[in-house]
This record gives sequence, structure tokens and C-alpha cells, in this order.
Amino acid sequence: MSSETAPAHNHGVSVATSGIRLAFGSNQVLRGVDLDVPAGTVACVIGPSGSGKSTLLRTVNRLVEPDSGDVLLDGRSVLSDNPDRLRQRVGMVFQHFNLFPHKTVRENITLGLIKLKGLSKDEAAQRALQELDRVGLAHKADVRPSHLSGGQQQRVAIARALAMDPEVMLFDESTSALDPELVKGVLATMADLAAEGMTMLVVTHEMGFARSVSQQVLFMDRGSVVEAGAPERIFDAPESGRLQRFLSQVL
Amino acid sequence: MDALNTIWSTFFDFDAMAKAFPDLLTVGLPNTLILAVSSGVLGTVLGMLLAVAGLSRHRWLRWPARVYTDVLRGLPAAVTILLIGVGFAPLGMLVWGPNPYPFGILALGLIASAYIGEIFRSGIQSVDKGQTEAARAIGFSGSAAMRLVIIPQGVRRVLPALVNQFIALIKDSSLIYFLGLLASQRELFRIGQDAAANTGNQSALVLAGLFYLAITIPLTHVVNAIDKRLREGRRIDAVDPDADDFDAEIVIAAGAPITIAKEEEAL
Repeated sequence: MSSETAPAHNHGVSVATSGIRLAFGSNQVLRGVDLDVPAGTVACVIGPSGSGKSTLLRTVNRLVEPDSGDVLLDGRSVLSDNPDRLRQRVGMVFQHFNLFPHKTVRENITLGLIKLKGLSKDEAAQRALQELDRVGLAHKADVRPSHLSGGQQQRVAIARALAMDPEVMLFDESTSALDPELVKGVLATMADLAAEGMTMLVVTHEMGFARSVSQQVLFMDRGSVVEAGAPERIFDAPESGRLQRFLSQVL
Repeated sequence: MDALNTIWSTFFDFDAMAKAFPDLLTVGLPNTLILAVSSGVLGTVLGMLLAVAGLSRHRWLRWPARVYTDVLRGLPAAVTILLIGVGFAPLGMLVWGPNPYPFGILALGLIASAYIGEIFRSGIQSVDKGQTEAARAIGFSGSAAMRLVIIPQGVRRVLPALVNQFIALIKDSSLIYFLGLLASQRELFRIGQDAAANTGNQSALVLAGLFYLAITIPLTHVVNAIDKRLREGRRIDAVDPDADDFDAEIVIAAGAPITIAKEEEAL
């Protein structure tokens, strides 16, 4: 918001959905999903491919509009808000990073700051450097994303999202496209952010991360949340057969 | 031997060439370049509008763009140039007097816009959907995402095709001789052809052809150079699109909480 840009980010606000339903044609992708992520906590969504996890994430910032149900940020419905305004409040990180290849690392971050937040070029550049510094990549500010490793690209993508001062962060399989040795650095960045009090909704296959960083784990299958609870409960005492089967396959 | 001499002097009579050279250089070459560059600019601007309209969600934008493109690409350039140059001549007479030159530019530009529109459209469509998604997720509107993120990438990818189109324009600019140009407006072809007709010797036309080649051949090498640079310079597309398939192999065992260690990344 202001240009003094203290290094600490916004503290997160709560996110909730209720009864989210969505169909693409005859394909029921979401069948009434409820979720409640209290402010400053981390919720991980796990489940097999095609279970609707990523689509659920996209309904929160309305990249996908639900057919019915509600999305609440800080306790208030956002479905009638201007979607562009809403998305400035919600940061998102993608599986394939989606950095802008025609811009430098710095410009990737300053673009939104200048065009959407109205920062001057200098203010935006300074802000970008601060964000890059916290993900350990300030020295890469002037290179193109194609010259970075996947892990570095993803950390730039996180910095880009954080520079907009989001109140909630969404992570869509943000380490799935990375080589195994690069996963750790990205997860560490995410864990730091969680420790700072950001509200995070994380679609992931990293069960170790889900267990150690999140307060809540939701298991989705075929468009519904089948089981949800504290990570210890989900991983150590899964109740439903589907979750037991899923865990036996991924662990 | 006689026949060979005749052929040689018909095409390569250096005296005839020397006579035509000053006009080709000082009148023909500038006119050809003016015609090609101004219709190229016009065609690029209109082409971008056509591309965006052609990709629009609104049928009443998409549809006219489609029809325009199909018609102008489907007609012979000579037909379009004559229809516009002659058809609009009375209108031009009112505005700037008896001068077909602007209509030549207009006609060439309109024809080029149909091709350039398709080039831009394919470039824009080749940009990964994730780019739009990322721009929208930051908070950009659909049109801002298009303008700031998608179009700049799409245009870069089709630069070689655009230069090719400009080469075509340089050649097609010879067609506007139909419209009856003033002596000072004649482009390369017309000057060469006039000289050939006056002397019954084709050498001036050969020289005009050499002028065209002097422009177009270097440009084709520019195309190749850009093409090569684009292909070698772009590495971001190398991300595995099927990364989902090996998700299960890289999970950290749930039994072993990860240790959070920063700055460990190898690169």
C-alpha cells in the first residue's frame, strides 16, 4: 500500500468457501466444497490428479467462477467484488511459474506495482529488490527468467506475488514441476512465509510440507472434500478408505 | 554467336543501364521505399486491430475481422489496388486533387493488414495460457494482460514472418503503376519499364530488378538471423508439461518432516 515498504508483509486474513459447485459441461468438477482457513494459518489440499484441487484454488481468486456457493475473504463474500481488485488481494503461485519471459526478473515484479498499485518506477524497483532479497535472488534482478533454474524461477514468482501485498496466498502445486533437488528451497521460502503469519491455501503433493507446516489438511477426491483435519490426524489416523488408499500410494 | 550477343545486349546493355541509373536511384528507390514503409506501417496497425478483433469473445468483432481477412487475402492484389485506386479516385480528387499515390499506399496497406493480422493472431495464440492466467492473477484486466503480457510475446515470435511480409510489400509496391503515376511518383519497376519501352532494350528493367534484390536479399538474411536468435534465445518453454506424472515420486515422506534449510539450492 504505502511506499515505505517495511519488509514484513500483510498479516493474512481468513479465507472460506461454502458449498462451491462447478461443472464443465456434464463434468462435475466441484460438488459442494466447504473450507475454512483461519487468518494466518496454512491449509494444504491433497488428493489425486483430477480431484478438483486446482480448480478449487482458482475459485478463491475467481480465475474460475463457481456455479454456486460462496467465497469469503475476511468473512465477507467476494463474489460480487470487482474480480481484478479481488485478485490484487490474493497472490497466486503456479505449477509452471508463469513468469513473463520477455521481462527481466525485476520487471516481472515491478509490472503490477507500477501499473496497478501506481508506484513510481524507483519505488517499484526498490520494492522488487526487497522481495527478491528475501528469496535470496536480489543478484538476479536484471536477468531474464529463462536464465534461472526452475527453483529460482518459482522463488521469483513467489516474490512477484508477495510484492503486491496480498492478504492470502494460493499455491498450486508450486513444486511439482521442479527437479527434486530444487524443491527444498521453494518449500523453505513457503515455510518462512507461513511463519510470518500469511494465510496460505496450498495444493501440494509434498506430504512432508503438509505435515510440518500446515495447521489443516484437506483430502479431496472427485470434487469433494472427503476428509479434513489436523495433519497428524490425516496422516496418522486416516478414517476413509479413499484417503487410506491415497496415502498408501504416495507415501 | 550473333544470337548470344543480341541476348546479352538486350539484358545487359551497360549504356542503357547507366542512363536509367540516376532515375532509379533518386526517384524509383525512394518511392518504392516510401510505398512499402508507409503501407507497412498502415498494415501493421490495422493488422494488430484485426488480430485482436479476430480473437475477441464478441461475435460482432470477430466476424467482420474474419470476413475482411478472407476477402482481402482471397483477391488478387491487382484487383484490390485497381478497385480502391480507381473507385475512390473521385473522392481523392475532392480532397487532394488528381493524385493516385495515397490510394496506392492505402490499397497496399489494406492488403498487407489482412496477412499481418493473421500473422499477429497466430503469434498471440501461440503464447502459453499460463501467461494470461498469471497476469490476471496479479490483478490485470483482460485487456491489460493482453497489452502488457501476451501481445509483446506474440509479436516477438512472429518478427520473422513480419519481415517476410515487408519483403512482399516491397515487391507488391510495383503493382501500383496501374494507377497512373506522375513522373516524380514512379517507383523502381515503373522507371525500369518506361526506359525499357522507350529504348526497346530490357537492361533498365534488369537494373530495376537488381535494385529490388539489393533490398530484399539482405532482408531475408535479417529474417534468418532473427529466427535463429529467437530459437536459441528462448529456453523457458522447456518446462515439462506433464510434470503431474511424476508427482508421486518426489513427495517427501510424510513420516519425515522436512528440515527447513534456506539457500541450499545448487544454482
